Amino acid sequence: MTDSSPWRQALLHLPDYLSQHVLLSVSSLALGLVISLPLALLATRSRRLRGPILGLAGIIQTIPGLALVALFYPLLLAISHFTLAIFGFTFRALGFLPALMALTLYSMLPVLQNTITGLAGIDPAAKVAARGVGMTPWQSLWLVELPLAAPVILAGIRTAAAWVIGTATLATPIGQTSLGNYIFTGLQTENWVYVLFGCAAAAALSVVVDRLLALVQDGLRLRSRRRLGVALAALIAVVGASLLPLIGMAPDRVIVGSKPAIEQYILGALIQDRLNRAGIPAVRRTGLGSTVLFHALAANDVDVYVDYSGTIWTSEMHRTDMPGRKTVLEQTTAWLMREHHILVLGSLGFEDRYTLAMPADRARALHIESIGDLAAYASTMRIGGDLEVFSRPEWRDLTEKYGLHFAAQRQYQSNFLFGALMSHDVDVVMAYSSDGRIAKYDLKLLADRKEALPPYDALLLVSPRRAHDAHLLAALRPLVGALSLATMQHANFLVQGAAVPQSPAAVGRMLSEAVKP
Amino acid sequence: MIEFDAVTKGYSADAEPTLRQFSLRIARGELMVLIGESGCGKTTSLNMVNLLIEPDSGTVRVDGEDVRRADPVSLRRRIGYVFQGIGLFPHMTIAENIAITPRLLGWSRDEMSRRVDELLALVRLDAAQYRSRYPAELSGGQRQRVGLARALAGRPKVMLMDEPFGALDPITRDDLSEDFRRIHVELNLTTVMVTHDMTEALLMADRIAVMRAGRIVQVDTPGGLLDAPADELVRRMIDNPRRRARKLAEALEGAPR
Repeated sequence: MTDSSPWRQALLHLPDYLSQHVLLSVSSLALGLVISLPLALLATRSRRLRGPILGLAGIIQTIPGLALVALFYPLLLAISHFTLAIFGFTFRALGFLPALMALTLYSMLPVLQNTITGLAGIDPAAKVAARGVGMTPWQSLWLVELPLAAPVILAGIRTAAAWVIGTATLATPIGQTSLGNYIFTGLQTENWVYVLFGCAAAAALSVVVDRLLALVQDGLRLRSRRRLGVALAALIAVVGASLLPLIGMAPDRVIVGSKPAIEQYILGALIQDRLNRAGIPAVRRTGLGSTVLFHALAANDVDVYVDYSGTIWTSEMHRTDMPGRKTVLEQTTAWLMREHHILVLGSLGFEDRYTLAMPADRARALHIESIGDLAAYASTMRIGGDLEVFSRPEWRDLTEKYGLHFAAQRQYQSNFLFGALMSHDVDVVMAYSSDGRIAKYDLKLLADRKEALPPYDALLLVSPRRAHDAHLLAALRPLVGALSLATMQHANFLVQGAAVPQSPAAVGRMLSEAVKP
Repeated sequence: MIEFDAVTKGYSADAEPTLRQFSLRIARGELMVLIGESGCGKTTSLNMVNLLIEPDSGTVRVDGEDVRRADPVSLRRRIGYVFQGIGLFPHMTIAENIAITPRLLGWSRDEMSRRVDELLALVRLDAAQYRSRYPAELSGGQRQRVGLARALAGRPKVMLMDEPFGALDPITRDDLSEDFRRIHVELNLTTVMVTHDMTEALLMADRIAVMRAGRIVQVDTPGGLLDAPADELVRRMIDNPRRRARKLAEALEGAPR
């Protein structure tokens, strides 16, 4: 295996991802147990509560894991706004907390069911004997009922553990690192080794934990204290060992974030490489959603990432006006510092904006240079776009300013957009200006002379806590203005369009070497 | 001393009550056997002594104290109980089972350990061999001995036994009932024992209370019962062991040696 083989790359992330995954899973399970066991006892003691408790847990179980995890973000966000307004403090609505809460809920049903079943299945003679020898109801529970139900309860814990470890991979998009980082990153960059590695690691973890819990269960069932001791010790050792990297991690390491897009992975690798060359330890958080990543930066959970002026302008500042590229850049920079203490170190030099593109030969034949020229033909043409563009405000602005009326509008997953254009399913596409395949397919980008589409300058953003870190800023400053649109297009092409695709990490390092120190 | 004074208990409003105006005095040091067919209320009355069941009306007194005034938990710790199904705790060793009441009473570890050895000797089980075994590893007779030891562990003065030897083979049963009779005398216990086996009752009891449909039909010593049965049904109950003894004697006489 060479240094850049994807397996080796994947292995390098394992201590970080695994330790975070285990920490999240163990915390959720522990919290789930602390809540479910008393609830189950309550349900055993009171028939009236039993139905509602089991019913509620059952309903939670039917919510898809990803939806449950995602639901906690807006919920916590609303609560944190509330606490800020009433009590003057706030907390992070992203990352560990929402993941913990969702997984805790997820872990509850099997524990509840098995505890109730286990306690109900105890030989009545043992319960009568417990009363008869003079036990209080609590003593009967602790000394007789719970120990006798323990193997059944543990079977429930095993099920819960398997569910939680599997579902924890879905914590990645809300900003909590997990083994899901492999899967989400791999899916986006079509790196199937990563996807496979992530699935295999999560499955292996699940199997190992399940086997160890089975040993604990055997110890309980066979009433062998030695077995129980050995099994518990092994379980603690495995969990402890996988958590070790958390202790070893330098608290001052720089965290480089990336959104789930190929360009972002390349830029993340580039930034990490720059920092490493300057002797600054840096790790990466990949595959975070756009909004998630922005808020993580504001909360100092991520230190550096690249965002686009237009994204911040529309999604964070909620602006709909288009005062021009320069003004947007200035106002965005000022707003980020004022509102979030986020430093804009500068623009990397290229824009990744929405742009209209069509095959160059056809554009030549029709003498189309700009969007204005296209307007005359629009009513005979079909346009393709990604899944969100037609519902964005800039699409509305664009069609209004140029009076565009297309014959048909079609949506594609962005990977298939150019395929649709080449196979003549559509005539024009809403592409991204830095896409690597523009040159490959010989596409003409149509000029937006009325500036209807917002500018998307790639900006290097630095978190509040690193905004005055001179060493870090010095290491990153050479990147400002270093990447032309052609350079970025070529870099994206190497990953996504080339006959022999390269990994985003390799391309990122290559770009880093090309930048002057 | 245990007293039942006009105790009534009905499990449901429309059915016949389980116990009707049940009155009985058991003297200190006495071994009283309650006998009758299943459903006659004998187990119900036994369970009222340590408040596993509360009477609807009437009073049960132990050493002159109304049990309903007592704290049920501490009352049960003072009274030994041998259950019909034995009811050993399957997840505890023999030693842990025996020491359960002392543990609840807060005895020291050493005291408990000594008490376990003492009791295993009393019920004639080898301490070294059985202390750390689990109930599932023992035979029925051995388990019943452990059940007896557990009931005696807190040094109770009163013992309640619900068909303690019912499920055992005849030889084990004879051994155990003789052993218990000896223990009852040695420890000066006051014992109430429930059975439906008249032979066992006649051999063990100081007095026998014959019950039918929630009432007492007759209370007397084994001799008194044999001499003057109160009615035809009691006569038939005590005739049965007599008839069998006679048949046995005849069979033995005529049998080839």
